[in-house]
Amino acid sequence: MGEEKIRVLVAKPGLDGHDRGAKVIARALRDDGMEVIYTGLRQTPEMIAEAALQEDVDAVGLSILSGAHMALVPRILELIRANGQDNVALFVGGIIPDDDVPKLLEMGVAGVHGPGSSTLKIAEDIRRVVRQAA
Amino acid sequence: MNLGTRRMDLKAILSGDRLALSRLLTQIEKDSEQGRQALNELFPHTGKAHLVGVTGAPGTGKSSLTNQLAKHYRNPPDGPARSVAVVAVDPSSPFSGGAVLGDRIRMQDLAGDPGVFIRSMATRGSLGGLATATAGLVQGLDAAGYEIILIETVGAGQAEVEVAKLAHTTIVVEAPGLGDDVQAIKAGILEIADILVLNKADRPGVEAAERALRGMLNLGHPIERVFNHHGRRAEIEVPHEESPTDKLWLPPLIRTVSTEGQGVPELAQAITEHRAFLETSGELQRRERARLESEVHDLLQKAMMNRWRQDTSDERYQRTLEQIAARKLSPRQAVAQLLNGSAPQ
Ligand SMILES: Nc1nc2c(ncn2[C@@H]2O[C@H](COP(=O)(O)OP(=O)(O)O)[C@@H](O)[C@H]2O)c(=O)[nH]1
Ligand SMILES: [Mg+2]
Repeated sequence: MGEEKIRVLVAKPGLDGHDRGAKVIARALRDDGMEVIYTGLRQTPEMIAEAALQEDVDAVGLSILSGAHMALVPRILELIRANGQDNVALFVGGIIPDDDVPKLLEMGVAGVHGPGSSTLKIAEDIRRVVRQAA
Repeated sequence: MNLGTRRMDLKAILSGDRLALSRLLTQIEKDSEQGRQALNELFPHTGKAHLVGVTGAPGTGKSSLTNQLAKHYRNPPDGPARSVAVVAVDPSSPFSGGAVLGDRIRMQDLAGDPGVFIRSMATRGSLGGLATATAGLVQGLDAAGYEIILIETVGAGQAEVEVAKLAHTTIVVEAPGLGDDVQAIKAGILEIADILVLNKADRPGVEAAERALRGMLNLGHPIERVFNHHGRRAEIEVPHEESPTDKLWLPPLIRTVSTEGQGVPELAQAITEHRAFLETSGELQRRERARLESEVHDLLQKAMMNRWRQDTSDERYQRTLEQIAARKLSPRQAVAQLLNGSAPQ
């Protein structure tokens, strides 16, 4: 009972690097009062969609540093929608060239946040989008 | 989730629709009207799963062990595969109310298997190792047909008795080198163990840890399982002298390496044996009854309190509290008056 908890899946798709950024976001969202399901490194699009389904999340946040976002994001969106989760908002963070941002938004991504974004802003953005979808 | 007004699709849940199940779990966790109604209607479909609790201090390897056990049940060397659900509980931050739920990190091996369903949940302020809604989530997964349900507790270090009330089989996980001696382990946590696992058996100190644990086990058993429930003791007795010794359950100690899987077949075997013991000794029915009774007791208490609050004006209640504060009434006298319906003077 009481106020609705926002549940967010934070995932790191692709084979590259470290998950420091993803961890920072996970903690920031927790400190904002959200419940963050953290799945760690090397998530395939299938694993991400499956976790989003089992956890019935309101939003998914992806941290992508590899440059593979134009391949990963549409695939993940497609899988999430195919599971019937029409309301799940997808957010993308990491290293995303400016030119790709409108393309991602066009695909149906709810928000793109580069390396400089404040975690407070990101939390606010997620909260706003999830409230609208509800 | 904008399912606030939609009825839950119970048929879909019973026929294995994972999205419908996932949404049901959300409603149960919220304790919403639909969630409650769904649980009422699903209740006849519950009671089939074997519930296994996994508890122990943080870092002992509960999530890794849960992963291995699930893998074992999905791919047993003998017999048919069994479907597995996992409910993993992590603490909510007392400051923000948020949580980072990280148990899935250790359960990657289970990805892509439609016979497995993993759900993470935060304690949302509840103490004792589980969330208030954990039992409800377990009921939902049970109704959905999962044969084995693994329940991973927070493992905050104190005796987490809640899980022993909920689970049929409680596994307590220990690891060498958590503090210099195992004496530090609270006796309470060993008391709830049906099976004791010494994980990280690949680590130094495992011999000493096992010796210490065996010492404590021999001291501690056989014991009576006592559930202290709102001042009432619900005892589930282990048969004493007059009963045949084969009706006694002595918790086995099993070494595991949950990063690799060593000891996991032995652990699964011990769970099977414990289940058989519960069935043949009559303990299963006794535990089930005690659990249902305690649930009814809780609900009754809440409902009666609510009804009483509805029948009593807040003004009268406040007036009574003031009289207590002024030492004109004792708390006991106040309760007697409030329940009598006679206005305090
Ligand atoms: N060496 C060794 N490490 C293990 C074993 N089991 C788990 N771990 C590690 O211990 C850490 C905590 O494990 P986790 O399953 O998350 O523990 P939990 O907090 O009790 O759920 C992780 O880094 C695991 O990889 C084991 O049997 N041996
Ligand atoms: Mg864990």
